[in-house]
Amino acid sequence: MPKFSYVFGLLVVISVLLAACAPSGAPITVEVTRIVEVAGEAPTPVPPPVAGGERLQTVLDRGKVICGVHGSFQGFGFVDSAGAWSGFDVDFCRAWAAALFNDAEAVEFRGLSAQARFTAVQSGEVDVLSRNSTWTWTRDTELGLTFGPVTFYDGQAIMVKKEIVSDPTAGLDALEGANVCVQSGTTTELNLADQFRAANVGYTPVVFEDQTAAFQAYDEGRCDAITSDRSQLATQGQAVLANFADHVILDLVMSKEPLAPAVAQGDDKWADAVHWVVYGMIQAEELGITSANVDSFLSSQDPVVRRLLGVEGELGSKLGLSNDFVYRVIKLVGNYGEVYEKNLGPFNLARGQNALWTDGGLMYAPPFR
Amino acid sequence: MAAIDLRPPRLTVGPLAWVRKNLFSTWYNTALTLGVSWLLYSSLKSAALWSQTEARWGVIEANLTLFMIGQYPREELWRIWLVIYLLAALVGLAWGTWRNAARGFAVMALGAGAAFALICFALNWEAWINWLIADAILLIFFLIGNFLPYASRVTVVGWLLYFPAIFLLVAGSRHIAALPPVEMSAWSGLLLTLLLTIVGNLGSLPLGILLALGRQSKLPIVRYFSIGYIELIRGVPLVTVLYMADILLPLFLPVDVRPDRVIRAMVGFILFEAAYQAENVRGGLQSIHRGQYEAAHALGLSGALTTALIVLPQALRAVVPALFNSFISLFKDTSLVAIIGLFDLLRIARSVIAQPEWLGTHREVYLFAFLIYWGFNLAFTYGNRRVEQALGVGKR
Repeated sequence: MPKFSYVFGLLVVISVLLAACAPSGAPITVEVTRIVEVAGEAPTPVPPPVAGGERLQTVLDRGKVICGVHGSFQGFGFVDSAGAWSGFDVDFCRAWAAALFNDAEAVEFRGLSAQARFTAVQSGEVDVLSRNSTWTWTRDTELGLTFGPVTFYDGQAIMVKKEIVSDPTAGLDALEGANVCVQSGTTTELNLADQFRAANVGYTPVVFEDQTAAFQAYDEGRCDAITSDRSQLATQGQAVLANFADHVILDLVMSKEPLAPAVAQGDDKWADAVHWVVYGMIQAEELGITSANVDSFLSSQDPVVRRLLGVEGELGSKLGLSNDFVYRVIKLVGNYGEVYEKNLGPFNLARGQNALWTDGGLMYAPPFR
Repeated sequence: MAAIDLRPPRLTVGPLAWVRKNLFSTWYNTALTLGVSWLLYSSLKSAALWSQTEARWGVIEANLTLFMIGQYPREELWRIWLVIYLLAALVGLAWGTWRNAARGFAVMALGAGAAFALICFALNWEAWINWLIADAILLIFFLIGNFLPYASRVTVVGWLLYFPAIFLLVAGSRHIAALPPVEMSAWSGLLLTLLLTIVGNLGSLPLGILLALGRQSKLPIVRYFSIGYIELIRGVPLVTVLYMADILLPLFLPVDVRPDRVIRAMVGFILFEAAYQAENVRGGLQSIHRGQYEAAHALGLSGALTTALIVLPQALRAVVPALFNSFISLFKDTSLVAIIGLFDLLRIARSVIAQPEWLGTHREVYLFAFLIYWGFNLAFTYGNRRVEQALGVGKR
């Protein structure tokens, strides 16, 4: 009996193999001509199965935006004690919902881990990713993402104990021979090595697997300095360090980390909608339009304001949105500055590069016309 | 002539005697006792000092609801209480029906309810009323169980209906006006952790039994399928299975078929755990003596009846410790759902640490999460002991 079963199994395997091999032995020329014919008849490319080309319509039909965010990052994305989502990145999700549905709560949030975030966009699990993700070449090209306007210009910085360096404008040479805490396997670690080598300053890296562990080691005095993104140094520093006031973050910028929302590549209409909502928030701040005073601007005679708020012109409907989408966003969520103040104000994170271009920063919206 | 010793004999009973006998019997035991006491003192002193002075326990109080039910809508909180009341009623019913077998567990549940009520009352939280109601329901149903006709059958049916009822209550339904549906993305916190544990275990046990029987089957296709499944799943980390369920599954399914992520995670847990439960059950099957099969055949039982009536009851009884072991391990494994973006108890804890008003409270929050996990596992191990005693595992 067992022998028979082996023979049977062998037969099955062999027949499957034969079936799989058989077509390759068939006349190849016939196959090729048929393929050419099909290609000639059907020039329209097959849309990707999941990402689709009509994400905007899908979202509108669904009635809510699915937004990928960070689940536990101070100031950027977390759940407050009432169970509601809160944070800087989270408020951009609300802005998109407000623009599309006139309801800032028409969002389904997905707390995504660092590993899962880009896959979630590619597979169409989330419509848009707003999870402090740096816009890099690889992510933009090889990973098949389209990044939007930068919402937060971050950069690698270095934090030192005041007893070692008290002047925030000091250069790297003030850190000669210092022990520097850094997270392993990150671009942060590589940047650190590059920068110190370029400045010809000797230092000892103290490497940690985990960001919080690095901060705790720094707090316990195992290193003289710690390096990470500026926003992380400020927020996590206040979370972990026993006395944040005893430390100083140097002005020195060691790398560029532009954080931007991302959507799947190949759907320009949806990407445009996502981008221009953010631009609208920046433009509104430039014009001094806030959630409190937006209604008084409706009667403004300034054509720039009238076009932005949809009082005249058809800017919104050309995007596939309503004409007053910026008005909705400002009314329900606020302009860029308000969102920044509300979420990052408690951390005393100075606007710096994130100030408007009119104030010497980098925040700049293309003209609305 | 030696003087008569008139002193009383040394104490042989009482706490002092116990201390002398167990802690200070010889010079090295004395040294050990003193050394360990000093170590305990010096390590616990700073911890106690921290918890009294530095620790900001307000973070737990402010976020207690968040820990328990996460983002579940606050106005639907009564449904969760109803789930607890139903549990109290069923425990009371079981106590009234089966008396001794269920008494220990019922008394523990009663005590836990009273303890929660006391804690809530002391901290001035409204929930103390709910816990008292739960205790009262338990006692009322204990009395009902004493006099109910067919009490045993009613209780069994009640327990069987309980688990679908939890699901209906928590998820709601479009067809019942009083129970509006609650989106699964809002299921989080301890609620999600417990739901994943219960569904994962209840779902994986039948599947595991089938796989274990299949692995012993004489039919080659069934046997090789079972072996292949078990070895494939056991050879893969749980994280991978969860990623598969979360990210790859939607790629295989049609675009309009999108089971919710919570369901996908549950399916992932069931599929994963079934392989382990199958091996647990197979261990039990192999412990059944050949004579049992032969005796069953001699009595004229068919193969299926032999398995259902003779083999499986004995096999499952033999592996109760292993089954509970898997149960507890799955309970702790549920925290892995954080990597696929679900907010279980531990992920909620991490989110609480990120709240701007509670920066720097990770010690308090993690300690609290530890206590919850530990408390539940204590209850599970107690349940394990009670089941083993009731079934006489290792005795008969």
